Amino acid sequence: MKRYVIIGNGIAAANCIEGIRSKDPEGKITVVSEEKHPVYCRPLISYYLEDSTDLERIKYRDDGFYDRNGCEVLYGRKAVRIIPEDKKIELLDGTLLPYDALCVAAGSHPFVPNLQGLKIVKKKFSFTTLDDALALEKAIDEKSRVLIVGAGMIGLKCAECLADRVAEVTVCDLADHILPTFLDFTCAAYMQRHMEDHGVKFALSDSVVSFEAKKAHMKSGAVLSFDVLVLAIGARANASLVTDAGGAGGRGIAVDECMRTSIPDVWAAGDCVESPDVSCGARKLLSNLPNAAMQGYTAGVNMAGGSAVFDKAIMMNSISFFGLHSMTAGTYMGELFEEKTESSIKRLYTEGDLLKGFVLIGTDDRAGIYTSMIRNRTPLSSVDFEMMKKAATTAAFSHAAREKMFGGMV
Amino acid sequence: MKRVYVNEEWCLGCHLCEYNCAFANSGMPDMALALKGKPIYPRIHIEEGEKISYAVSCRHCEDPICVRSCIAGAISKEGGVVKIDKDKCVSCFTCILVCPYGALAPNQDGVMQKCELCLQNSCGEPACVKGCPNKAIVYEERGE
Repeated sequence: MKRYVIIGNGIAAANCIEGIRSKDPEGKITVVSEEKHPVYCRPLISYYLEDSTDLERIKYRDDGFYDRNGCEVLYGRKAVRIIPEDKKIELLDGTLLPYDALCVAAGSHPFVPNLQGLKIVKKKFSFTTLDDALALEKAIDEKSRVLIVGAGMIGLKCAECLADRVAEVTVCDLADHILPTFLDFTCAAYMQRHMEDHGVKFALSDSVVSFEAKKAHMKSGAVLSFDVLVLAIGARANASLVTDAGGAGGRGIAVDECMRTSIPDVWAAGDCVESPDVSCGARKLLSNLPNAAMQGYTAGVNMAGGSAVFDKAIMMNSISFFGLHSMTAGTYMGELFEEKTESSIKRLYTEGDLLKGFVLIGTDDRAGIYTSMIRNRTPLSSVDFEMMKKAATTAAFSHAAREKMFGGMV
Repeated sequence: MKRVYVNEEWCLGCHLCEYNCAFANSGMPDMALALKGKPIYPRIHIEEGEKISYAVSCRHCEDPICVRSCIAGAISKEGGVVKIDKDKCVSCFTCILVCPYGALAPNQDGVMQKCELCLQNSCGEPACVKGCPNKAIVYEERGE
């Protein structure tokens, strides 16, 4: 009986379990889970704080998931070392776990810079785990002034969910606009105004120089007072388990399209890996939930002797703040087509015969048709792209392509 | 596994499927009561090109990208049918972002819904197929 070990218990791990079980109903699966929770929907921690989900519904899989799949989950345990020559991993408490196939789905950790005075701030939090959210919930009340450092997705989702629960939310960032990884200045300004209308304050192009217990001294000279501090500056991939063991990697663990690392019998998936972005070819950290799930499933199938390939990773994101939706995908390169209305922005980026990326704010009817064109590298010459610019529609595809989509199995 | 297939040559573009779908999923006993004078939120929609029209609903894909992409674990595939747990959906629209067919759309409350083949509602079989006047939508087995 094959012994599978998975390091991590997030989305990639859950899908890895499903991938293994699609091929091997027998083998023993051991999951090493640093967090003491069964797999939950990590992006939903802000929804928990705004009461759109609860501790039951936030679970990613039902309560019978691990039992049904014959998994042993080691909660509260941490893997510290892979010993490839013995095909074992070592846990923090010294336990050695042997594996025939190992998946590293160790995720990422929040980056916390060593800022002067940070140690004396009592109520400070990251915002990436359920325990972070539960701790933050205890620390706030309706009189709290909250300062969030970082205007990325995590910082802003935190701002959104706290806006109605506390007295004041301010977000600061060194960047001159919000969501700098996937919106440009104009699109970001549009979203920022919307968030300001809902009471969130911003201090952009500014960074914290030092902290007092309840004050942040900013580079601009401004002093921001707060009761609760949230640090949402960015994330770092947990790649060291593999790179320390001699595996290839840079910012993330290097994997091929089967999710194999350069170490035999070791696979990796999720936020800890870097892989080629099909929209631009560059190797990147492509941390998002859909990629983690697809990578995890692919790794699982291959660990169990199947042959699955995931070679269509791109950055993509669907996110809303106070009801305004933004959808983005791919790489913003090449020629730009833009359409703006009072309540929406649409941008399509094309290069040569390919759609490379898009930004859709407040307009998103069938965005997946654009996304699949980027992922599948659908030649623009094979569709009526003029029609497609107006609205994403499969009617712009050839009759033959549609026959395949709607007349057969997909 | 039987699925819904369309034949675009025979589609009249009459949109009856949309009404039949909305009614079948309304839980109401009477079509006029359920739909008259209200915006409808069907789980099937007519796509129209210059000279063509056809109905689009969930393909119940073999390896559904919506299931893997759902950030709330709200979409699953059971017995060949891709389903949404409305209680778990947080309306993030990630499924809209990834579905290559444009087959998912929100309901009147902004919660995602999709074709579940009418297996759980009062119709018991796809209402779009049953009511299509020109048999442009069919429910049949086409080789797995």
